[in-house]
Amino acid sequence: MKHIVWRPYWDYQKEEQWLNSMMAKGYALSDYSWCRYVFEEAPVGAYVYKLDLLERAPSAPESLAYLRFLEESGVQVVATYMKWVYLRQPAHLGEFNLYTDRKSLLSHYKTIMRFWGIMIILEIGIGLINLFMGLMSVMMFGETIGIVNLTIGALPLLIGLLLLKMVITIFLKVRDLKREIDIME
Amino acid sequence: MAAQEQSALTEAVYYILLTLVDPMHGYGIMQRVKVLSDGRVNLGPGTLYGAINTLLEKGWIQAASSAEENSRQKAYLITERGLAVLARELLRLEELLSHGREILSEARAHRWPSSEGGVR
Repeated sequence: MKHIVWRPYWDYQKEEQWLNSMMAKGYALSDYSWCRYVFEEAPVGAYVYKLDLLERAPSAPESLAYLRFLEESGVQVVATYMKWVYLRQPAHLGEFNLYTDRKSLLSHYKTIMRFWGIMIILEIGIGLINLFMGLMSVMMFGETIGIVNLTIGALPLLIGLLLLKMVITIFLKVRDLKREIDIME
Repeated sequence: MAAQEQSALTEAVYYILLTLVDPMHGYGIMQRVKVLSDGRVNLGPGTLYGAINTLLEKGWIQAASSAEENSRQKAYLITERGLAVLARELLRLEELLSHGREILSEARAHRWPSSEGGVR
């Protein structure tokens, strides 16, 4: 029996937590596409879910080689969306971590920061331009059409700020990791 | 030999090289390292994949045919160069260990006589 849940997530860490909390209720993610999660019923806690971000598109040879390596290591590739991959590992195999030392974890976080960094700049840029145009036409020319620009501008700005808030949490992790790498492996 | 090849190996790389004295594929390396370290070192597949690619580029390991049948999985084996790196690393570790033991046991004996026997 399939269950389909529509849900937007900005923060892959929260998304990961949610997928694992669904698994704790006996729903195992089996497919994903834009905001659409497909769950199948499975024994409670059968799998541990993790998200990973690829350096290139999932169809690139480098990505295919990596995903094949993961599958050979007992990790199942549930879905790919843009450069994101939804992974799971049977819970009986124990703890499921993709990156187990500070250096590889650091480069993983950097990939994520690069990915979102571009999105944030675009969103905030588009938002500010629209807000500026809206303000100009309302204040200087008294055109009420400027309200449209203000509304159009507010949304990407809001999304950009939400993304920024999430990326700051990753940035703080990166800062801590860098400090530790100075003295530990 | 380049200077960077004389510096310390990461724990993951050290154990991967050690494991690859026998041809082994990715999952085999993870399992073997876990057993060798009594469960202390768990190599995540993301970390292992990155390390394998770097080691291949450096020529410290090479692709090998797996000892196991049914296997279309890629297996790897340490090279002469990798063995030389491991040998140097062992010397370095021995130096660290002997200095550590020597200095700590002297310090314990002189300054903290009550804590005898802490250092082998």
